[in-house]
Amino acid sequence: MTVHLPPLAEAGVTLTELPPAARFSLRLRPANRKAAAKGLGVALPERVGGIAEGKGRRALCLGPDEWQIDAAPGDTPDLPADLPHALVEITDREITFRIEGPRAMELLSIGIARDLRRLVPGTGCRTAFDGISAVLVREGEVAFTLAVWRSFAPHVRGVLEVGLRELASGL
Amino acid sequence: MLLIHCPYCDETLPEAEFAYAGEAHIARPADPMALSDEEWRDFLFIRSNPRGTHYERWRHVHGCGRFFNAVRDTVSDRFVTTYRAGEPRPDLSASTGAAR
Ligand SMILES: [Zn+2]
Repeated sequence: MTVHLPPLAEAGVTLTELPPAARFSLRLRPANRKAAAKGLGVALPERVGGIAEGKGRRALCLGPDEWQIDAAPGDTPDLPADLPHALVEITDREITFRIEGPRAMELLSIGIARDLRRLVPGTGCRTAFDGISAVLVREGEVAFTLAVWRSFAPHVRGVLEVGLRELASGL
Repeated sequence: MLLIHCPYCDETLPEAEFAYAGEAHIARPADPMALSDEEWRDFLFIRSNPRGTHYERWRHVHGCGRFFNAVRDTVSDRFVTTYRAGEPRPDLSASTGAAR
């Protein structure tokens, strides 16, 4: 028996692994938030999920005292030593997938229990994908990025590819 | 799946993002050496285990990472309210259906 798989282009969504860019984890007390933002050249949003851009850098607030800073490859943000903070490079820790297309939300919903319609475009969050911690950003109306720790990436890619096949098959 | 309101994210999110962390408002004794073995045992292991309103800790582990407190009915599994760590026990008389 021959199994005819429909082309994945019919899934209505694409899955791409993004090339690595520089990524940093920033932890500091909320009282030092504004001073740190000045030093980095990018605002540090106060609300969890908020995103700000500036000086070629992007800050995503993950918690009351935690931000993820995305930057161009080779960029090394720095803060004065007398400002109490922890700024750790995590570029190599994560693999980022881009999920884009009219059915992107449907594909992501196989691993994420959140109501994705409530995630406003231009905001993000840490959530769980199939039980794994993941950072999800809604880049646009139908475009998302999903970052997971490197060792989980093959599993996440596998789950998403199964989802793509199901969508392409009309399941 | 339970929906839990994180007081730090100010969003109501699926239980899958959270981890349970035991009974709330149990303060570590300031001077453990002054305690008898029985008192130390009670601090470590003895919990109220109520049927009904329970004050408990949760952590938004796949989210903002914060610990917070919740009031949950252990019979219905309904969350009455959640509040930030360090805040006192909330007055439940204002919360509907919390009469217990
Ligand atoms: Zn939270």
